Amino acid sequence: MEADPRDPSVVRGMDVEVAALLARGIGREPRFVQVAFTSIDGSVERGDFSIGLSGVEDTPARRATHSLTVPYFEFREVLTVRGADRTRFRALADLQGRRVGTLAGTIAYDLLVQGAPVAGYQVVSYDDDVHPYSDLAAGRLDAVVLDHIIAQRALRHVPGLAIQPDALARGRYVGVLARHDTALRDRFDGILRQAMRDGALEAILRRWNVWDDEQPRLFASVLGAPAPSPSVAPPAANTAPAGALARTVAYLPGLFRASLVTLLLSCLAMALAVAFGIVLASGRIYGGPVVRLLFGAYVEVVRGTPVLLQLFVLYYGLSAVVRLPAFVAALLGLGLNYAAYESEIYRGALLAVSRAQLEAARTLGLSEWLILRLVRGPQAFRLALAPMTNDFVALLKDSSLVSVITVVELTKATAIFATNVGSWLLPGLLCAAIYLAMSLPLSRLARTLERRWSAAS
Amino acid sequence: MTALLRIDDLSLARAGRPVLDGVSFAVSGGEMCALMGLSGSGKTTILRACVALEPFDSGKIAVRDFELQPGRVPAEPALKPLRKLAGMVFQAHALFEHLTAQENVALAPVHAHGVSPDAARARAGTLLESLGVGARAGALPRELSGGEAQRVAIARALAVDPPLLLMDEPTAALDPARRGSLAQTLRGLAGEGRALLFTTHDPEFARSADRVIVLAAGRVAEEGSPEDVLTNPKHPATQELLRTPAPKRR
Repeated sequence: MEADPRDPSVVRGMDVEVAALLARGIGREPRFVQVAFTSIDGSVERGDFSIGLSGVEDTPARRATHSLTVPYFEFREVLTVRGADRTRFRALADLQGRRVGTLAGTIAYDLLVQGAPVAGYQVVSYDDDVHPYSDLAAGRLDAVVLDHIIAQRALRHVPGLAIQPDALARGRYVGVLARHDTALRDRFDGILRQAMRDGALEAILRRWNVWDDEQPRLFASVLGAPAPSPSVAPPAANTAPAGALARTVAYLPGLFRASLVTLLLSCLAMALAVAFGIVLASGRIYGGPVVRLLFGAYVEVVRGTPVLLQLFVLYYGLSAVVRLPAFVAALLGLGLNYAAYESEIYRGALLAVSRAQLEAARTLGLSEWLILRLVRGPQAFRLALAPMTNDFVALLKDSSLVSVITVVELTKATAIFATNVGSWLLPGLLCAAIYLAMSLPLSRLARTLERRWSAAS
Repeated sequence: MTALLRIDDLSLARAGRPVLDGVSFAVSGGEMCALMGLSGSGKTTILRACVALEPFDSGKIAVRDFELQPGRVPAEPALKPLRKLAGMVFQAHALFEHLTAQENVALAPVHAHGVSPDAARARAGTLLESLGVGARAGALPRELSGGEAQRVAIARALAVDPPLLLMDEPTAALDPARRGSLAQTLRGLAGEGRALLFTTHDPEFARSADRVIVLAAGRVAEEGSPEDVLTNPKHPATQELLRTPAPKRR
């Protein structure tokens, strides 16, 4: 589904009409609630809405943890490439060393992750189904794997792309309901079956140009199968602990890699923040009026706007001028953002060194630079060390924001993991444990330094 | 005796208010001079002007053959000769908090005056020893008592052996018993041929000087030997000064 170009507050699309059909069937008006694609399952279970319908795929994990309707559409996973690469990249096997994008938490994502070790491509996951195609056209990706209707819609908006004809896999769209909501699910199943029989569903699919030969076969198989015995909740996922454990183990290497990304990104961004923060702080103390004004404005603008916005601007906003790789954009975004905060710590610390000491140093014949290096800097550094360490812990956690620009770090990897196993419990605990393992030693260091240097002053 | 420090007709105003209005006096080598006056009379300002921490509006300051002119304080490189001629001890000592006593003393000789680290450390040790704080060479400023910190600050000011030593309220942080020993120490430094100029509120301590200069209304109100000035004050400002109890350390 998508926003109506004539009125962006109105959503339209095949799923919207299916929702309207279901609502009519139970005598209600459909009301649409927007959530992130990967949050649909969690939200429906919380009761934020009755049914999730947005290209929700029929997977064993989802079936084990939620109530699913009968499928209402069958899709193909297709490979989309740039027109110029049409003959070069025909299949995943042709993409060794290349970057392949998809939507997180989908069959396509699982398919790509499973195939990556053999074919040797890199999986890039997105939170939406629009940016993979714009990044493909821009050259940040070499291929996108997603449902054929998403690919076909993208081709209408993004010029210069081509869809390879062979299907990589097939899947079915279903409606997802809370696990206990089987009664409503059964009513919806009845409505969908009726719509398959009387041609209402076919009319919707035709209206959106997605009717093809697969759909009559799907309808026949749905209508031919016996209706499930009503009002019986499906077994919960944790009744099969061995399966859950096996799935968890399968995700551990990915979580470990993502932790390294988090750690590396945080360390590099902090190094940039410290270096640029020192420049900003010294400029604001020692610089002329123009430098002071410019640096002051930088600090206020950066601190006064969300880091999320800054990341979007760096990655997507600037892509017409300079096409930064995702990791570089993440590093710059976090580093330049934290530099503003660091500079305020350093400025405060530099100003905290008594004027009398600076004057004494001058009367001893030390130049301004030597005073900064030998007297002011070392003392300011001690004052700044504990708050800096605290900031590093904060940065470690804020690094999770860079998932919006396709960097798969720890939180993102956990979200994908949680979506695919259908539960946040184990992935959430694991993720928290890894963050704590990285941040607790740092917090401890900050406390130790604080104690040591506060005793010193 | 030739004057080591000569101040001629020194005037300066701060925030539109005249602070000094034509101050003239001189201090010679081997002489110990006390600068007195009520709070706000400009005593500290004169010391600060002598080491180019404070610009002045008119007049002239000469330290041996180095002259400071009215207007903006010159850039630090131009002041290099002055830094070897005049040492300053601040009221709150202003020791470098992150360095030991010995490092405080040796820092400037090594980094600003090209003395080798070994030689600077050796001289720092000797200076601290001669000032009675040799045993505290490895201590950080926060570990020193007020009296010890002051002696380290004196050692630091003397590290490049300047012929002029300026001290701002040296007795402010000292109990009366220590004042006598400080006076002895200063006498010893003057005996080496140095010119000493210190500000003080304490008439007893001022008696240890060779000469007392009293400031009032931005000028030198009275000047002479301690006996003359402190025993038989002629100027009303001096009389008031002697009636006012010495203020506690600010």
